[in-house]
Amino acid sequence: MSDTPFAVALELDADGAHSPSGAASGTLSPRRLAARGAAAERFGFTAVTFDDSPLPVADSVARLDAVQRAAFLAPLTSAIGLVPVAHVAFSEPFHVATQLASLDWASNGRAGWIAAASGTTREAAAYGREALSDDDLRRERDDVIEVARRLWDSWEDDAVIQDAATGRYLDADKLHYVDFEGESFLVKGPLITPRPPQGQLVVVAPADTTGADVTLVTGSGPAEITDAASRARAAGAPLVWAEVEVVLDARAVSAARRLDALGSWTDAGRLRYAGDADGLVALIAGLAASVDGVRLHVAELDVDLEEVGRAVLPALQERIGFRSPRAGETLRDALGLERSLSRYATTAVKEFA
Amino acid sequence: MTTSRRIQFGVFFQGVNFGTIWSSDRSGSQYDFESFRRIAQTAERGLFSAFFLGEGLRLREHFGRIHELDIAGRPDAQTQLAALASVTERIGLVATQNTTYNDPYDLAKRLNSLDLLSEGRAGWNIVTTDNAWTGANFRRGGYLEHADRYRRAAQFVVAAQRLWDAGADGVGTPVSVADQLVSFEGPAPLPPSAQGRPVLFQAGDSDEGREFAASSADVIFSAHPGLEDAISFAADLRRRLPAHGRAVDELKFFPGAQFILAATDSEAREKADWVTRAQVSPQTAIRFLEPIWGRDLSEYDANGPLPDIDPVVEEVDGQRGSLFQGRRALETAREWRDSAAAEGLSIREFVIKRSSLRTFVGGYSSIADRIVQYVDAGAVDGFNVSPYLVPEGLDDIVDGLIPELQERGVYPTEYVGSTLRENLGLPALGERAEFAA
Ligand SMILES: Cc1cc2nc3c(=O)[nH]c(=O)nc-3n(C[C@H](O)[C@H](O)[C@H](O)COP(=O)(O)O)c2cc1C
Repeated sequence: MSDTPFAVALELDADGAHSPSGAASGTLSPRRLAARGAAAERFGFTAVTFDDSPLPVADSVARLDAVQRAAFLAPLTSAIGLVPVAHVAFSEPFHVATQLASLDWASNGRAGWIAAASGTTREAAAYGREALSDDDLRRERDDVIEVARRLWDSWEDDAVIQDAATGRYLDADKLHYVDFEGESFLVKGPLITPRPPQGQLVVVAPADTTGADVTLVTGSGPAEITDAASRARAAGAPLVWAEVEVVLDARAVSAARRLDALGSWTDAGRLRYAGDADGLVALIAGLAASVDGVRLHVAELDVDLEEVGRAVLPALQERIGFRSPRAGETLRDALGLERSLSRYATTAVKEFA
Repeated sequence: MTTSRRIQFGVFFQGVNFGTIWSSDRSGSQYDFESFRRIAQTAERGLFSAFFLGEGLRLREHFGRIHELDIAGRPDAQTQLAALASVTERIGLVATQNTTYNDPYDLAKRLNSLDLLSEGRAGWNIVTTDNAWTGANFRRGGYLEHADRYRRAAQFVVAAQRLWDAGADGVGTPVSVADQLVSFEGPAPLPPSAQGRPVLFQAGDSDEGREFAASSADVIFSAHPGLEDAISFAADLRRRLPAHGRAVDELKFFPGAQFILAATDSEAREKADWVTRAQVSPQTAIRFLEPIWGRDLSEYDANGPLPDIDPVVEEVDGQRGSLFQGRRALETAREWRDSAAAEGLSIREFVIKRSSLRTFVGGYSSIADRIVQYVDAGAVDGFNVSPYLVPEGLDDIVDGLIPELQERGVYPTEYVGSTLRENLGLPALGERAEFAA
């Protein structure tokens, strides 16, 4: 795994991770979103992620759609990966696959997807559906990932031929029905969008998901994370990222004092770091022995984004050879993931029913 | 009529069609984001009120095979518009989204989100696409009889309005909807944008479609750009408004149209010749007839007369996308054959003629004069332009036609407001009759 580039992703939801359901005044401002996205790119984070939920958080805090937030940032940035949550339990898999493919086009190949599944009774009611059990949710997530991947392959890379001689814009032999039959839905295909620039978007998901490129692992300390990472690798995860909560000494106020001022920070079972930048560099450098990247949930974006960008990323370059993505690079490139041909390309026999 | 003495433009970026020329060396990419950015920014330079994206949720087929001749492959409308929102400032961003294969809560939430991201510039072009064939890509599969699709659309739109209105009372305000075809319980997802809620466009043409537009739409995107046709269409719709408690200025008319323009009329005619031949290749001309005849016609010469055989009329179910016309094939084929024969038109010429019905061809000045007639007749508030070339297709409108219109005092010289609702001249929400719940 040593030649895998190390990733430092930043969660960009709300005003920070400390109180996602607090007074998130800036979360609906497109201007603030643009400013934060631009700052994250300028500092050289590998990717930004965008949380989302089927219903407003705690019933009072609204969120703009995560895929749309990522798309909004696409033309304003040129290097950073854009990785929104899209929920799978009640959404239409065909729409989700199309939205994400479109994000990849709008960003010239910098899109990823955090496949999330949640199916409480209240969420189900908003969709006129029944609640789903944990098993159902796992199965649904696996099925939606599988169908999205098939749909992204359903146009071969060279399906658009523009052949004036025969008057054909498309070559139908390079377009494929996916004929997916899942437990709770069928999808015929092909996608209505050409194959995304990356071929396959980078799929990010929690452990016990089939078909992800990046597995997110949690643990309250480095040892737990190392364990979780090796379990994930044993289960076949190509890449593993650790979830880390961060509050830094900043603007002459210690992290501990800042935490006091912010009030209690709900425990999400994640490794939490509070301290100076050097300590965070050491922590991440240590984690780099067992994971391929970290996703940082900073307490306050307005403070910690800049602190991490200014004091932590440059030190990680020296310490573990962290490299920021370059303009024009795809997210797969930045993560050291290969771009594959469409799964249908090698079996291009006529399979039209 | 009380229409203001002004005309506006929208751009309908079609995505899937044979009207956009792909075979010219001036044709750019139909799917790269840059093409969309360029069209949207050109439209904004020309003070267009709206940039539209169409929707089609299954690739069209021709005799059981993916249709190969036309441009296909488009982005998800709202995702693309969210991206365009960050590189435009004033132009409205309108997503065509159907009410059959979307979930009301999900769609209302995403449209509200787009409206906030664009700071009050979102619109929703409500369509009903209901064939079982498209349904094969969706959870419920094909469902809803033809008669039920506008019923669901009406219930869907009322439900979306209720979620948006509840958002004004506070995020989380509970909304409960228990209609026959739309029922759910959920909290208002987002607060309103600067324009209150997305502007509603409607593009159906049947009696139910018109009734639905009269009850619910702010703008109708019609297929009636001819002057007489536009006048009678507007009259028909305006007659329907009072029954829904609405005033005539609450519904705007934007027929779809194509403009082939040049400095002079004769240059424009030459250009039109090139454009229509590039749009309708010999293969496209033949394929245009095949769904009606219900059989392969590839042995016919596109430069010869229409086939003298009758269509195969075994059950054509109309379930395979808009290429298939279905039921009235026999009549249609005879009518087309007679009309082509009477005018001495070949297959290709006939198809070119039929598909040029919505086209304005002429010099900048004479087209501007014609548009003034529309303004005077008060039957049209704007034209929704389908560019025949991507990405340069709006350049001649913006650089050649619009200055002529401005000189005649019938085109805005700046955006009047910052929201789509303001720029369309629609009454602010508080000033109009509310929807019956
Ligand atoms: C100018 C125009 C543009 C349309 N664009 C779309 C579109 O992009 N996607 C779609 O599904 N339907 C589109 N439609 C179809 C209509 O919205 C409607 O579903 C269809 O015309 C059938 O309804 P009707 O029976 O009331 O005419 C369009 C219709 C018109 C007249």
